[in-house]
Order: sequence, then structure tokens, then C-alpha cells
Amino acid sequence: MANPSSILIFGATSAIAYETSKLFAKDGVSLYLCARDEVDLKRLSDDLKVRGANDVWYSAFNALDDDSAIRAIDNCLKKFPGLDSVLVAHGSLPDQNKCEANADETKKAIHINFTNIAVLLNYIANHFEKQGKGTIAVISSVAGDRGRQSNYVYGSAKGALTVFLSGLRHRLCKSGVKVITIKPGFVDTPMTVDYEKGLLFAKPAAVAKGIYKAMSKGKEVVYLPWFWRWIMLVIRSIPPKIFNKTKL
Amino acid sequence: MGNDLFFESWGRFPKVSHLGMFAPQCVDKINDLIQSSDSLILPRGLGRSYGDSCLNEDGYLLSTKWLNKFYAFDENTGILKCEAGVTLDEILQTFVPRGWFLPVTPGTKFVTVGGAIANDIHGKNHHTAGTFGNQVIRFELLRSDGTRLLCSRETNPDWFKTTIGGLGLTGVITWAELPLKPIKGPYIEMESIKFNNLNEFFSISRESATDYKYIVSWLDCINSADIRGIFMRGNHSNTTETDASKISHSVSSWKTFPVDAPSFLLSAATVKLFNMLYYHKQIKKHEKKIVHYDPFFYPLDGINHWNRMYGNRGFLQWQGVVPFTEENEAIRTILSEIIKSGLSSFLVVLKEFGSIPPCGMLSFPMPGITLAVDFPNVGGRLFSLFDRLDKVVINSGGRLYPAKDARMAPETFQSSYPDFENFKKYIDPRFSSSFYRRIRGENNG
Repeated sequence: MANPSSILIFGATSAIAYETSKLFAKDGVSLYLCARDEVDLKRLSDDLKVRGANDVWYSAFNALDDDSAIRAIDNCLKKFPGLDSVLVAHGSLPDQNKCEANADETKKAIHINFTNIAVLLNYIANHFEKQGKGTIAVISSVAGDRGRQSNYVYGSAKGALTVFLSGLRHRLCKSGVKVITIKPGFVDTPMTVDYEKGLLFAKPAAVAKGIYKAMSKGKEVVYLPWFWRWIMLVIRSIPPKIFNKTKL
Repeated sequence: MGNDLFFESWGRFPKVSHLGMFAPQCVDKINDLIQSSDSLILPRGLGRSYGDSCLNEDGYLLSTKWLNKFYAFDENTGILKCEAGVTLDEILQTFVPRGWFLPVTPGTKFVTVGGAIANDIHGKNHHTAGTFGNQVIRFELLRSDGTRLLCSRETNPDWFKTTIGGLGLTGVITWAELPLKPIKGPYIEMESIKFNNLNEFFSISRESATDYKYIVSWLDCINSADIRGIFMRGNHSNTTETDASKISHSVSSWKTFPVDAPSFLLSAATVKLFNMLYYHKQIKKHEKKIVHYDPFFYPLDGINHWNRMYGNRGFLQWQGVVPFTEENEAIRTILSEIIKSGLSSFLVVLKEFGSIPPCGMLSFPMPGITLAVDFPNVGGRLFSLFDRLDKVVINSGGRLYPAKDARMAPETFQSSYPDFENFKKYIDPRFSSSFYRRIRGENNG
């Protein structure tokens, strides 16, 4: 599989997306960046230009406003009509307790982490399908592999995303479009700033390397770092009777 | 804000607690964070200072971790504009493949641009280039009252002079502009020469100063009454990446020092053995080879967390500079004090500084000879050795390097940095550090 030549990135200002963009910029790839804050996007686009990106454009979008995501895709396609890759890296880690107490918090968390992404993925998928090629890489999470009391709102949105992606992959394989599900474990980013950083925490740059490799080679499901595949295998196989007694 | 309230410096001594660490994700958020607390704050890059100049006991640290973006690079002039949290490592990774190198670099690439300015770091090319601050074109300083000052030799020159070497006390550096130097490839033509006494060192050093861009020496001053060591000098090589197959270079793989080392590893006998092996590793008196810049400039960066080698009690580095004299007796006294103490050091580095004056009001380098020594923290004996060394330095008109210091007395600092009183006027009222409170001679506030 060929390396991407142009990539549309949602959640471009996130630490993982930024580290991944750096690797593509070095290869001279063209980038279209989408995130919430226009000032951050400008700063990021200057940075990636210095790092060697061929061409960098951006638009602001809000994950709570699905139309803004669609507009961003349309803007991107105007700049890069031959767009060949998309990386979806946005999401938010909600406070589980707040979600339990407040319906709006729950809805918001599910919207940002699933509904919005499902809408924009179908839109871009239709385009890629017509085009007959493309790579769609989406950051889901190991949290979607089994619901746990401590973060099942986030986990269920990510779980839904993982299922959505496997369906999308099934649909698109005949048209030559690749769909890659990326499942990072704990990553040391601003998103997890309140977490005690144990041994399992990976650096964003290390996760980015895995995404870069997966996107260049067109893999299907990637756990990052690799050992999470085995950790989650164990967690998924714990019988419910025992699992329900744990505090995970 | 993170949960880790115990932040260490690179020497892991002293260990002090903090209220927390702010890590703004862009420059515009810095002020809100400063205003959100009423405790004292200290900007911090990667925390590679050895002592307490990157610590702020019972206050906050303001990490520049996420202020890590490049703003612009001019391919014609080599001028790079970037945020203060960009690391030298990041600059090398991005620009060496394109034929550019740092104008000045210390012995580790894991420092930020802001930290390099605030400590006015120097490198193996001090005799030809001066300090990092001598190279910096301009930068922006953000004060806690929200003022953003553009600082250069022409604009706000006072703030330029006080912020370079100002240890983060004058405000937060948000971005800086520096000139990268053109290179042909990532290699260094290096020569290493064994010397058997200080006179030999001085004569090689003098003869190397004009023809070699980089010079530094490693000393084995434990084994014998005579100071012996290896003098290393080098220039950028014209060898390009494509000729690289001819070169037997080893870029060390990234390893992490796994745990705190047990103390027996640091006994005098093992250090002695290490020094002997290091000295005899080179068999010929004079060796020439082409090496990658990485092992040449950053031999210890290959082992992540090498500071754990010294165990949980940490280690102290002592670095001082003494002016040249006819006999250079100060440096001789310092070395003989170290030998007499019986304390053993893995790392003794000796270098002659050049005559380019640094532009920072509190910059460390001055024309003379600088010596850096690492010792495991063995307590009292070590501290009294350091006190004796301080005295020699002060009496000779020299000074100690704040970035390496964890224990010098307030009088030592104040008498060797006479501009300190003037400097105080430029300190940001919301900023402070453990180092500053210590050398000011007060422990509170």
C-alpha cells in the first residue's frame, strides 16, 4: 500500500494527532487540520509547514455540531480533491460520575465520542467509495472492549465506534477503501492529565509511530502499544461473576 | 494540573514538595494560570538543571511541555523561530537531515530552548561561539502582569540581558529566534589525545583553539597524583549520509537505566576501575575518527535516566570557572583538593572558556578554565569538599554555575555575581525558585 499523500485530520490539536502529523509532515504529505480552536490550528499549521508538510490548510469545527464537521470535509475536498486519507482523533474523556448524575453530560459524551464521528465517517466513506480508494483511520480505545464501572459511558461510545468501524470496513473492502481501527491504551496527554501515570502509560510519540505505520501499511485493528491486545484479551475473558466483583 | 507534587531536578537532590504543576497548552493560557493562584511560580522546561534552580518548594511550576511548536524557519538564513518548550533534540531531529545544526549545545539535547536561554548554557564551542545567549536573536518575555516584551539587543535590551541567564525569574519566555548553522552531514571529525598532566592539557588546548570548533576533556583525577585524561576535539565533517557506509559509527540504542542503582556500584573501587577502563579504552596516544554527532555531543543521552545510576539519594555536580593565571594554580588546587578528599567521581570534565563575553547579567561563563565534577550524594564529607572548592573559586575571582548548584552559600553567589542587586529589580514579583530564595539568604517567601 502506498503512503498517503494528503490527510484530513479531525482533532488535529490532540497530542496523538499532532505527533502523528509530525511524522507525515516529514514525508512531505499535505495536511488538512480540523479542531475546535482557530488560534491553535494556525499555530499547528505553521509548525507542520516548518517540519516539511507540502501544504497545510485548516478549518475549525465543533464535535457537538455535526454540520460543522461536514462543512470541514467539503472545505478540505475543495483544497485537496484527490484526498486519500482521513485520521479521526477527536474525543473527550468525560467524568463518569457526572455522567451518571446528569443526562446531558451522558448525551454530550456519547455525541462527541460516537454520534458525531459516525456522521462524518459515513459522509467521507461515500466520497471514498465513489473515488474507489482511500484510507480511514480512527482512534477508538481499549475502553470499548469491555464495559467497566469506572468509565462505561466513554467505553460504550468507543465500543459503538469500534463496531461501527468493523461494519464500515465490511462495506468498503470491495471498493478498495481501507478502514483502520486504532485502540490505544493509556496515553500521557492533556486528556489524562489528572491520572497518576503508571507503567502502562505510553508517550504520544510512541502511539503516533504505530498509527503512522498502520496507515502506511493499511492494517485493520491495531492495539497501541501492542501489549494492550493481550491485556484486553485477558480482561474480556474474565467470567462476569468474577469481573463484577472487581473495581476496574 | 498533575498529581505529582514531588518534582525532582536532574541531580535528585534536594527533594522538595510543590503545590503542583501548570502545563498551559498555548501561550494565551499562561496568564490565566498565573492569575488562578496566589502562590509563587517558576517556569520549567525539562528539569535538567542539577540542583534547585528548577524547583520551587511550596509553589507552582509552570511547565512549557506543550509550548513545543515551531513558528517559522528560513531555509536561506537558517533562522528558526520557535516556542520556548521546543527541545534541542526536536530541533536536531528536524533540521540535521536538512543540513542545519544548533549554534551552541550543552552535553545533553534534552533541554528546552527556554531553558537554554534562562541558564545561558555553553557548549564545547564556547571558545569560538560564546554562549547560547550570544547566539539568540530575540525572544518574547511574558510578565505576570500580562505585559509581553519583545527582547533583543536593540529592543528592551535590559530585559534581554536579565532574562538570558536569568533562571526563569524575570518572566516566562514564550518564543525565541535563533540562527541554526549550516552543516554538510551529521558527522564529526574527531580526534582524541591522551595527556598525562595539566601542562600537557594546556598546551593541547591552546594549540586546538583556533583550528577546532569543539573541544572538551575528560579527566581521570582519581587514580594518580598526576592528572591524566583524554582531550577531545572536533569539527563538522564533510562526510554526508550517503558516504556513511564507510564509517563505523555507533549511535547508541535508546536504553533506560531501569532502577536506582545499589550503592555498592558507587564505591571508590568501582569508580576507579571505570576511570581506568575509560582511560585505557583508547590504546593509541592520538586517535582520529569520524563519528555521528550524537555520541560526540551527547554520550550520556543514550541512556535514559542515567541519573538513577546514583541511587535514590541522588548526586551533586559541582561546576566552577576560574580565570586564567600564569600558573593556573587555582585549578591545580581544586584538582588536588578533590584527589585528597578520596571521594570518587565518574565524570570530570575540563574545558577552557573563550573570551567572548556572555550577554546575560548573571551568565556563568567567563574567560578561564571550567571544571565539572559529579559525585554521589554521600552527605557531609562531600559538602565540606565543595565548600573548600568554593573558597578557591571565590578567592581566584571565579564563580559557580547556578544550573549545576544545589548548595552554595548566599555569600558565595552574591560575591561572585556582583550584578545580582541590580538583577533583583527585574525579577517578576510572582516568580521565584528554591535556588533564588536560597542564594538570597532567606528561606521563606
